[in-house]
Amino acid sequence: MVVPAGYYLLLAAALFSIGVVGVLVRRNIIVMFMCIELMLNSVNLTLVTFSRINGNLEGQVLSFFVMVVAAAEVTVGLALIVNLFRLKASTDADEVDSLRS
Amino acid sequence: MSAVLAASEGVVPLTQVLTAPGGSPVDLAWLIPVVPAVSAGLLLLFGKRLGRLAAAVAITAMGYSAVASTLVFAFLGSQPEGGRTFVRTVGTWISAGPLQVDWSLLVDPLASVMLLLVTWVGLLIHIYSIGYMHGDERYPRFFAYMNLFAASMLILVLGSSFLTLFVGWELVGLCSYLLVGFWFENRDYATAAKKAFIVNRIGDVGFMIAMFLVFFAFGSLDFAQVLPEAATVLGAGSVTAVAICLLLFVGATGKSAQIPLYVWLPDAMAGPTPVSALIHAATMVTAGVYLLARTSPLWALVPEWGLLVAWIGVITALVTALIACAQRDLKKILAYSTISQLGYMFIGVGLGDQVAGIFHLLTHGFFKALLFLAAGSVMHAMANRTDVWGMGGLLRVMPITAITALVGVLAIAGVPPLSGFWSKEEVLAAAADTPGAQPIWLLGAIVAGLTAFYMVRWFYLIFLGSPRWQADADGSVPHPHESPLSMTLPLVVLAVLSVIGGLLNINPETGFLHGWLEPSVLRYAGETPFLAEAMAIVLVVALSVVGLAVALLAYGRRWTRPAPSIGAAGAAQRAFYVDRFYETVVMVPGWLLAKGLATFDRLGIDGLVNGSGRATQRLASVTRQLQTGFVRSYVLAVLAGAVLVGAMFFGAGVGW
Repeated sequence: MVVPAGYYLLLAAALFSIGVVGVLVRRNIIVMFMCIELMLNSVNLTLVTFSRINGNLEGQVLSFFVMVVAAAEVTVGLALIVNLFRLKASTDADEVDSLRS
Repeated sequence: MSAVLAASEGVVPLTQVLTAPGGSPVDLAWLIPVVPAVSAGLLLLFGKRLGRLAAAVAITAMGYSAVASTLVFAFLGSQPEGGRTFVRTVGTWISAGPLQVDWSLLVDPLASVMLLLVTWVGLLIHIYSIGYMHGDERYPRFFAYMNLFAASMLILVLGSSFLTLFVGWELVGLCSYLLVGFWFENRDYATAAKKAFIVNRIGDVGFMIAMFLVFFAFGSLDFAQVLPEAATVLGAGSVTAVAICLLLFVGATGKSAQIPLYVWLPDAMAGPTPVSALIHAATMVTAGVYLLARTSPLWALVPEWGLLVAWIGVITALVTALIACAQRDLKKILAYSTISQLGYMFIGVGLGDQVAGIFHLLTHGFFKALLFLAAGSVMHAMANRTDVWGMGGLLRVMPITAITALVGVLAIAGVPPLSGFWSKEEVLAAAADTPGAQPIWLLGAIVAGLTAFYMVRWFYLIFLGSPRWQADADGSVPHPHESPLSMTLPLVVLAVLSVIGGLLNINPETGFLHGWLEPSVLRYAGETPFLAEAMAIVLVVALSVVGLAVALLAYGRRWTRPAPSIGAAGAAQRAFYVDRFYETVVMVPGWLLAKGLATFDRLGIDGLVNGSGRATQRLASVTRQLQTGFVRSYVLAVLAGAVLVGAMFFGAGVGW
């Protein structure tokens, strides 16, 4: 059974939208962080889909790059979150506003 | 003019320049300025630790230079006539395309006599300073500066190009500034130092432009290249030659205190007295005369402008002699007298009898250093009082000072057979012999009478009559005493030199100095006396004796109190308002200009800068409202941007 490419793209769009909304509406930093990961992976899905459609490997190679970058970003991001938690004793993003005038 | 030009037929100086054999005094001449300079550096660095030993170091350095200069002089004397001009190159300084300037020394007869004057008089004054500066808190620094000055002056004298001469020229200006303002705690003294420096700078600008012109015309700044070619490159009476000469003269008026730039010299008396003696009487102020003598081949091209130099010299001599007659400060009298005597020197070099000018420079170096040191000795005894009307009768308490000072007075007054008589006569003879310069001779003769008058007045008020000094406001009364040996010894030596200095050139035609300087200068003075020489001499001496007698009679019998400050006497006491004139014409507009510019700077320039800063602040206070600090609002902005970009691509795709 061959699933048409449009479904993959729809799924990716849905995942991306969930990620965007999650970042916008949630205040928990960890959840926001996971939403960012969600968006990244939805993009990966899109890349792989187009790779299949076009019959070449470039999209898949790019998705590997995205994964590597995402891994690095997770490392840094989690370290930031841990430190923020130590500092503020909360995971609320709105409490991190010391740059506010 | 043709008659004057015809006289300039001597060999052009510096046509034949030799290299000294290795190891000879000339080969080692570069050490003459370097040793005092190194000593100055050491004293500045370690002077505080040396304490009173600083004087020993400084005097040793000066002594080295003096002995070395003597050896150089003897070496030149041992060379055949016509082979006494040497250039000793030490190293390259500037090498920029056609501009090649070396650190090199020009050792020739003219430089050698200047070396002797600077080093030996300098040495005597260094010795004198041991006693005079005794107890000063900046004792080592004083000697460091004196050494630095000697080194600078020696660079000036030995420089083999306009630029190396200029290095010394600027350095002596700097030393003058440092030493005039040596007691800088006193605001007036610090101001006097600044005045000396700034007025000198005005002259220096002239010198610099002259150098540019020389380089433009000759492609070189070396004396040995410029001077022999002057006649062929420029030609007699050419505009460039006139411009170069006049600009050099502007420089000389600054350094040698001639009208219109003489005003700094009387104020420079704020410095310690040995400084006045060394810098402001014997050596530095003669730099202008030296420069004009050195560049005599250029002047020989434009002798009619040399006449202008002589006129400025004689007018300066007359005006300042008149001022000197009315001053009360014992050093200021001598300062104005120095300017007046420098005027004589300029008559000599201006009219083309450089030997006469240099001769007067040398004898003046002796007797004016003597007079200043005697004045210092008096101030030392009188607790630094300077008003001649508050002295009197010091002959009995300080006989050595008084008698040596008397020798100096008679020498400067031109009483035969003392040195001043011979050199002054020679200068005046140059004026008498040059067609068109007879009025200069007449004025010069009158100045000779005035000189005798004010110098005898100076001597009488200080050393003769009855004591007139009174207690200070705090009740202290000076107890005059003879100065220590370190101070009287230089006085005696200088007095001897002042007596016998005339032997250098008793006969203008065949005297020693005449033959000695011949290879260094290009004489262009006339040789047609307008009245019998003997008569001229008798006239001048008679005028001097009259001046002398009038002063003796006047101050001995009638004028026992200072003249009131009214009329001519008042004007002369205030130096003919020249300083006030400069204040009104130069200082006040300059001050207003500065004030205006300061206002423009504050309102305009600062307004622009501060305004842009303030505008940025205002803008920021509005825009920083955007920075909420909430991550999610930023994300929203990013999303909005992304949607916008997407919409644009989409729109472009569907052809909106």
